[in-house]
Amino acid sequence: MMENLFYHLEEAAAMVLFGIGFTMLLLHRNLIKKIMGMNIMDTAVYLFLAVKGYIRGRMVPIVTDGILDASAYINPVPSGLVLTGIVVSVSTTALMLALTIRLYERYHSLDLDEILMGVKREEHA
Amino acid sequence: MSRQKDNYENSWWLKFKRWVEGEIDPLAHGMETVRPDQETEDRRWQREKLLQARTAKERKSQELREALEARELRQYQKIYQVLSVLLCVAVSLVLLWTITYLPEIGDAGNPDNNEVSARYIEQGLKETGAVNIVTGMILDYRAFDTFGESCVLFIASCCVLVLLRMDGGSDGEKSGKKGASGAKKRMAETNDRLYEPKNDVILQQCSCVLVPLILVFGVYIVLNGHLSPGGGFSGGAVLGSGLILYLNAFGFRRTGQFLTEKVYRRVTLSALTFYCLAKSYSFFTGANHLESGIPLGTPGDILSSGLILPLNICVGLVVACTMYAFYALFRKGGM
Amino acid sequence: MTLVQNFPFFSIIIAMFSGIISSVLTGKQARNISLAAISVTTVMSAAVLFFCLRTGESYTYMMGHFPAPWGNEIRAGVLEGLTALLFGLVMLLAVIGGMEHTFLDVEETKINLFFIMIDLMLSSLLALIYTNDLFTAYVFVEINTIAGCGLIMIRQVGRSFTSAIWYMVMSQLGSGLFLIGLTLLYDVTGHLLMSPAKEAVALLEAAGSYEIPLLVILAVISVGLAIKSGLFPFHAWIPHTYGYATPTASAILSGLVSKGYIFLLIKIFYRVLGRENVIASRIVNVLFIFGLAGMIMGSVLAIMEKDTRRMIAYSSVAQIGYIYMGIGLGTEAGMVAAVFHMFTHSATKALLFISAVGLYEVSGDKKDFKSLRGAGYRNPLAGIGFTVGALSMVGFPMLSGFISKLLFATSALNSPHKMMPTLIGLAVSTVLNAIYFLRLVITLYRGGNAPTGKEMREGKHLQYHPGMLRLAICGFILLNLFLGLQSQPVVRGIALGLAMFD
Repeated sequence: MMENLFYHLEEAAAMVLFGIGFTMLLLHRNLIKKIMGMNIMDTAVYLFLAVKGYIRGRMVPIVTDGILDASAYINPVPSGLVLTGIVVSVSTTALMLALTIRLYERYHSLDLDEILMGVKREEHA
Repeated sequence: MSRQKDNYENSWWLKFKRWVEGEIDPLAHGMETVRPDQETEDRRWQREKLLQARTAKERKSQELREALEARELRQYQKIYQVLSVLLCVAVSLVLLWTITYLPEIGDAGNPDNNEVSARYIEQGLKETGAVNIVTGMILDYRAFDTFGESCVLFIASCCVLVLLRMDGGSDGEKSGKKGASGAKKRMAETNDRLYEPKNDVILQQCSCVLVPLILVFGVYIVLNGHLSPGGGFSGGAVLGSGLILYLNAFGFRRTGQFLTEKVYRRVTLSALTFYCLAKSYSFFTGANHLESGIPLGTPGDILSSGLILPLNICVGLVVACTMYAFYALFRKGGM
Repeated sequence: MTLVQNFPFFSIIIAMFSGIISSVLTGKQARNISLAAISVTTVMSAAVLFFCLRTGESYTYMMGHFPAPWGNEIRAGVLEGLTALLFGLVMLLAVIGGMEHTFLDVEETKINLFFIMIDLMLSSLLALIYTNDLFTAYVFVEINTIAGCGLIMIRQVGRSFTSAIWYMVMSQLGSGLFLIGLTLLYDVTGHLLMSPAKEAVALLEAAGSYEIPLLVILAVISVGLAIKSGLFPFHAWIPHTYGYATPTASAILSGLVSKGYIFLLIKIFYRVLGRENVIASRIVNVLFIFGLAGMIMGSVLAIMEKDTRRMIAYSSVAQIGYIYMGIGLGTEAGMVAAVFHMFTHSATKALLFISAVGLYEVSGDKKDFKSLRGAGYRNPLAGIGFTVGALSMVGFPMLSGFISKLLFATSALNSPHKMMPTLIGLAVSTVLNAIYFLRLVITLYRGGNAPTGKEMREGKHLQYHPGMLRLAICGFILLNLFLGLQSQPVVRGIALGLAMFD
């Protein structure tokens, strides 16, 4: 397995990053760090996706010198998908940050536990 | 007699009945409860005493409960942490194990280098008119995805508007507990426009040079999306960063002259409407096997590749405005 | 190509366009546009359904000038039309029923934004139903997630923010796993459209290559969508999100959003990975076990809950468990039962959330059992609505829940290993359901202390036009009765639609 992993170095890196992001997203109590974890996770998926398009020794998929042969360029599909994915990740990040701002304004904390305690106190009052 | 009654009060049936009725025993845990209308004199005395004790006890129990809750939370958290670490490690290991079975990276014979990508490359220039094959793919072959993607951005900006836009005092009243004063306080806390312009000379001088360059570069990326790397999303992001730099150097008063919320809404609306209508036309004609009648032009020219250029401009406008709007909303809750 | 065949595409675009245009309208105009859009798309879905029933086959629709493996595609068949029709009806009734509260809970200047979320939610649900392309599904899953998050937090109270964060975190985990699954699938098949991908998967299965990646793809996609739809071990966010949102949002989130993901999962099972492969792998058994656990645990948690709204939300956990159990049975009949229960649950849970609103209104906006005592007399129609919903959930004959339980039971008889667990699970869960639902129904009809005038004033007192709520409750009751009494054509339609998936 290990030597096989060596041939899939980029993918392995993506998966390790995904694990790190996943852990951060679940474990960190600080909202900003949670958002960072989410971003790392997304980026890992995009790295994984982008690697899929790569073909050794080929050019970026922009027609140069009128060469229209599929064997001259890398696979354009993953690049397009990554582009879409990045926009999705930007949107969710913006939404999470906005939520964080509102929670911080209200409970003066970024720690999810303290925020939850604040919410509880507010409800008992 | 009273002993019997005691037993009755604590019987399972009664407990069940109380639970059905949603009654919460005020003097919980083994204490006798009595309806007020059945009270005798000495019971009342007893009850008052108990009530007095209760208020003191309640205060104490409030603190106790919070401490207990905190402890429970901590215990729960420990379990949660252990579980999530296990889950994460398991997921990573499974995925690592999987990728060893995947086709080799960079091999031209992989399953994903099939007729799909071949046609995009070989016919893309002829069918879409775009020199940049990726642009041709996302804005023509797979345009529905890309339209969905612009809608993701649009709905995210709507959510941020809901969260952060401050509309006078109405915010506080509607959100109940937070009172109008809360909204004002929030306004004052977040609105750093009061301290503007900061007149940082270095920033202003630098941005005098940089902002035009950045904006021109952004426009170039947007307009050349079908010819070179770039397109609406990347160009729009560059344009948006230029606007944010300008805002930081010269303050909201200057940007407010040309970019208000009204302008933002109109630009987004018209760009997305055009996008929606143009693509609907193209989908409709495509599905019904009609000629769309949109000229593709000479590949390589700036005015070529049919709808791709206008769509890129639309996307660029939406992205630029949305980036700027995110920043402005994060900073002061308005534009 | 006839005009009707364009309708799936039209309905998606109309929903999206109404969302886009609502950004410059006032709240009332946006509401009207939204209602119009939902009605029009519902009518269109009905037309698609009847078209497919008449021709007896499904069709694909090119989104653009390029055919299948290159361009995007959508696909319509009997099951798609039926689901879209039902989702449209539920959404329309949910929006109508919660209208008063929407205008109360949402800031006046942001009401149009609320309806943008509704419109885009509708478009994304329709797109998830009709799509024939995996990546389109991913994009619209994200739209769905963000719109759902918007619907949760639009009330702008502390709880709704924390639950929105929670929802986003769980959803992002789900989407991340789903996207990884798609990437792996693309890597081994080279296709993103469902039909060519299925052919490629069939070839790979026949050749016996990439067995492990295919298994992991199946697992990752199932887990991702299960997280997003709130299957048992990932259920913790459900009561928070459904329990504190504005009524329309609760009804839509519990009734439709989770079902959209489940529908997508079923579609992927049938149209990409192949039903036989899914059954041959052990994933269905995992889904079956977690479904059973969800059925029991959801009900137990609901029994322990004091807040009635959260109780209804916990009952969703149990019902999602039913659906996954049906999928996990791995038989055709089990899948039919699962899809039917999906419909049942959409109609019933939305009815419960909406009629509960009518009961809270007359109880000083309190949600505990004690305050609700006698609420069934104070708002008779809401009481009847709630009773019907509760009875349907418990499985009272003539109502839709009975039929789905019957379908589950009969389908379990065909699979020898899973028969006993299913029947026992159904029995236990039904008893537990009965305990907490009937408890609430009994509470509603007990003569009790009505809230005093002071308490009423403390709660938000409504300038109340009961017409809308009544209309919605009546509509939901009729829908439930229809599903309960006229179940045969629906079940046949589902079976036909599932057959078309292959």
